[in-house]
Amino acid sequence: MTVATKASRAGGPPDLQQHFDATIAQDRRIEPRDWMPDGYRKTMIRQIAQHAHSEIIGMQPEGNWITRAPSLRRKAILLAKVQDEAGHGMYLYSAAETLGADRADLTSMLISGRQKYSSIFNYPTPSYADVGVIGWLVDGAAICNQVPLCRSSYGPYARAMVRICKEESFHQRQGYELLMTMMRGTAAQRAMVQESVERFWWPSLMMFGPPDDASPNTAQSMAWGVKRHTNDELRQRFVDMTVPQADRLGVTLPDDELRWNPERGHYDFGAVDWDEFKAVVAGHGPCNAQRVARRKSADDDGAWVREAAAAYAAKTARRETASREAGS
Amino acid sequence: MNGTAGVRSDWPLFEVFLRSKRGLNHVHVGSLHAADPQMALHHARDLYTRRNEGVSIWVVPATEITASSPDEKDPFFAPSGDKVYRHPTFYEIPDDVPHM
Repeated sequence: MTVATKASRAGGPPDLQQHFDATIAQDRRIEPRDWMPDGYRKTMIRQIAQHAHSEIIGMQPEGNWITRAPSLRRKAILLAKVQDEAGHGMYLYSAAETLGADRADLTSMLISGRQKYSSIFNYPTPSYADVGVIGWLVDGAAICNQVPLCRSSYGPYARAMVRICKEESFHQRQGYELLMTMMRGTAAQRAMVQESVERFWWPSLMMFGPPDDASPNTAQSMAWGVKRHTNDELRQRFVDMTVPQADRLGVTLPDDELRWNPERGHYDFGAVDWDEFKAVVAGHGPCNAQRVARRKSADDDGAWVREAAAAYAAKTARRETASREAGS
Repeated sequence: MNGTAGVRSDWPLFEVFLRSKRGLNHVHVGSLHAADPQMALHHARDLYTRRNEGVSIWVVPATEITASSPDEKDPFFAPSGDKVYRHPTFYEIPDDVPHM
């Protein structure tokens, strides 16, 4: 339920803290009306909001291709995919609201830049192959990140993630299928796929966040059960999953140091450019300003619709009340 | 709900319950904002049943829900805690009694 009790936000007596700690220790779920430490509530709101914003902003890079999809089949698939991203954002905003966050506030914080979204969506999509590569690599990385979150200690978030993960699988498969189709095509089409992979490979690795020794919040998040694996563990898992898929597709991942390490039982890979990551997070990516401006214009342009619907609902409610009173 | 009221025309929050197929109960799946109950139903269809997840939807204004408080959890549910005789396993019946 989306009913937050104000009292539960204040620092609670020791037995409440104990009950919270015991629930986490037994790997049970925290639910909206349970007492929780302020830090946990703030962390969850920030994590869920950032995730929701990523889904909403994530509609834009691919949405640009809806009107230019090469066939009705591809267009229908892309529409369904982008609609899913909107849906994922809505599930997540709904989960954030169970913690006492206000949806309109969250939107304002996204537009004003006070809350972030995933840096990957600040890269442009100049080629149609990008639709396939985003499905394969970006949604593939998202699945790696999100599957463990189905066991998040915060119940509403975990339940939203279960729903989202089921749908992400379609996203990744449609992307890979699209790329396989292009790889069976002309030399020019194969070159488009390779070029797109080269642009998206490193930003996809950045999606897992900074390396563990530069991720100060990881320890607390793991203790609270809101994070189940470290950034580097998930990044390694993604590389291990993706290399054989790249081989099967026939593309070359742009990393000279990428090779199987039989001792570790994992692929070794080169260093991620964390300066680029920091710059994009700080707002200096290729499309940061454009993405936020687009979100703001959608919000501004939709204001009259929200107001009109609210006015209509109020008028209908008044009329129903009046006719009930006249009838009684 | 009223963080920026006046600036934005906020729609009220509705809780959504889905019957996934005939023969099953409606189950809470999440919430959404809508101007009125009819719009809430349409939004719930678009948001929660894009892949045939439901055959029936209930939407309820979140403010209309009365919930038990977690703070009074122990005393509130205590009446059922010490009545083990309400469970069939409380009764010992010899193994050779059939169909029991």
